[in-house]
Amino acid sequence: MYAKDGEEYYIVDGHVHIWDGRAANHKNVHGKQFIDCFYDYHRNLSPEEVIWDYDTYTYYGAERLMKDLFAEGHVDHAIFQATLLSDFYVNGFGQTEEALALTRQHPDKLTYNHAYDPRNGEAGLVRLRRDAERMNLKGVKLYTAEWHGDSRGYKLDEPWSRRYLEECLKLGIKNIHVHKGPTIRPLDRDAFDVADIDKVATDYLDLNFIVEHVGLPRLEDFCWIATQESNVYGGLAVAMPFIHARPKYFAQIIGELLYWLGEDRILFGSDYALWTPRWLVEKFVDFQIPADLPEYPAITAEQKKKILGLNAAALYDLDVPRQYRLPAAAAGV
Amino acid sequence: MTGTARPVDTEVLAALATVLDPELDEPVTELGFVRSVTIDDDGVEVHLRLPTAFCAPNFAYLMVADAYDALAGVPGLGRVRVLLDDHHDSGTINAGTAAGLGYVGTFGAEAEESLDELRRTFQRKAHTAAMERCCRAMLTSGERTVDELPLLELSDLPENRLKSALLRRRDAIGLPNRPHARVLVDHTGTPAVPSDVALWLRLAATTRVSIEGNAHFCRGLLATRYADESGPVPVVTNSRSHV
Repeated sequence: MYAKDGEEYYIVDGHVHIWDGRAANHKNVHGKQFIDCFYDYHRNLSPEEVIWDYDTYTYYGAERLMKDLFAEGHVDHAIFQATLLSDFYVNGFGQTEEALALTRQHPDKLTYNHAYDPRNGEAGLVRLRRDAERMNLKGVKLYTAEWHGDSRGYKLDEPWSRRYLEECLKLGIKNIHVHKGPTIRPLDRDAFDVADIDKVATDYLDLNFIVEHVGLPRLEDFCWIATQESNVYGGLAVAMPFIHARPKYFAQIIGELLYWLGEDRILFGSDYALWTPRWLVEKFVDFQIPADLPEYPAITAEQKKKILGLNAAALYDLDVPRQYRLPAAAAGV
Repeated sequence: MTGTARPVDTEVLAALATVLDPELDEPVTELGFVRSVTIDDDGVEVHLRLPTAFCAPNFAYLMVADAYDALAGVPGLGRVRVLLDDHHDSGTINAGTAAGLGYVGTFGAEAEESLDELRRTFQRKAHTAAMERCCRAMLTSGERTVDELPLLELSDLPENRLKSALLRRRDAIGLPNRPHARVLVDHTGTPAVPSDVALWLRLAATTRVSIEGNAHFCRGLLATRYADESGPVPVVTNSRSHV
């Protein structure tokens, strides 16, 4: 919870990790390249006073996460998004068992979203059913650009991917988080192309598709499909820290999203530990569209409340204490 | 040859300045992607660098190949080497380019067709953004209203950088640059229907925001990644014994 200027905000961090990027866990040079790339993101976009040293960044563990999110970060509930990267790391990048154990310890504070890979075929479906039960899954995080043997990625509308989405429907997994990353096959096309999300969003109206990183670097393509599909959401992970390093660009992103998607389909996420939530929350509450961007209307406190927590709470059926709900919602039901 | 020949390093840098990052629509020289240029009696060796090890390999390939082609077009330069540093696909791309394998030859099973369509997709986006900048300038200055934009012609635009940028982007996607050609057209040259103008401009503005934002981010990441390498790039070394 965060309070400022008479307003109270219920905070859901929709995108957090516990990862292990230490050298001992690298399977090959790509493990090192990947964590180094993350560290550059962290150093480039964080305020100087919250930049971590490299060793802490490669592995920080559960205790540090609880402190950064809940003790200091204003977060009420956080959602783990799995990033397995099994071709780069011996024991995976995201630490499944550690995150799961922590979620079981703090079910009121944490939700764990696992991953699947439709390239695992029938065996992967069996695994998904088992994981759904064991992990109590309400959501999954798909990284379509993950390397897998000779393959460097897949599209959501491929036949096997559709079978997995249908299985999610059966299992009550309704939130499909998608990260479009680079290095996807075929290389002939744009790796970040979000057209496949458009197709599956139309075909699976009972699933919610949360496009992580709001489709960056293809904001325009994402906005265009999200306008047409009511079950497509934008996750602000990676877009958020621009609020400090490049506030005008952040204003443009949030202005575009509010114009195309509206205030009900944008979700806050820190992408912890890429960035820590405390400064992101505080800066966002203070944020306003600058005067030199008159094409965008001012952002209201109500819009900020939805983006910072209420929208994600609705997707994950979180019980938001009455005082943090919007007046209309608090009066109802 | 008579007249003043430009020094060879100027020729090399001018050739590299014609190479654009297709995604960011800016020259690799201005983005800081050219790390070093080494010229000797045998030829030239250029090293390129990118903001992350995971920058999309197809765009990386295009920049390496375009740089190679641009340098191969400089007369009397000799052997041309273009190497991409610190990328997850450096080995594949450098070997493929050196052997003249082309895109499909370089990536083997991972490549199906050519990168022409990918390149065209981003040339269209670049055109959309350049068109929006020109239209927005006309609206901001009060010279045109939204309703008047469908009739706006190239000759109506003031002669400035925005216009010359638009003309270059139009040329790249094969649109005519005659004075009476319409400004607000799609990539096939079809003019906007008046009822669609507001939506066109809105989506074009989003495209512009996206391209500009990506360029900002990539510059920032590049600066962070190579913060230890102080001094301006490219580092140019010319040990050639003849002019």
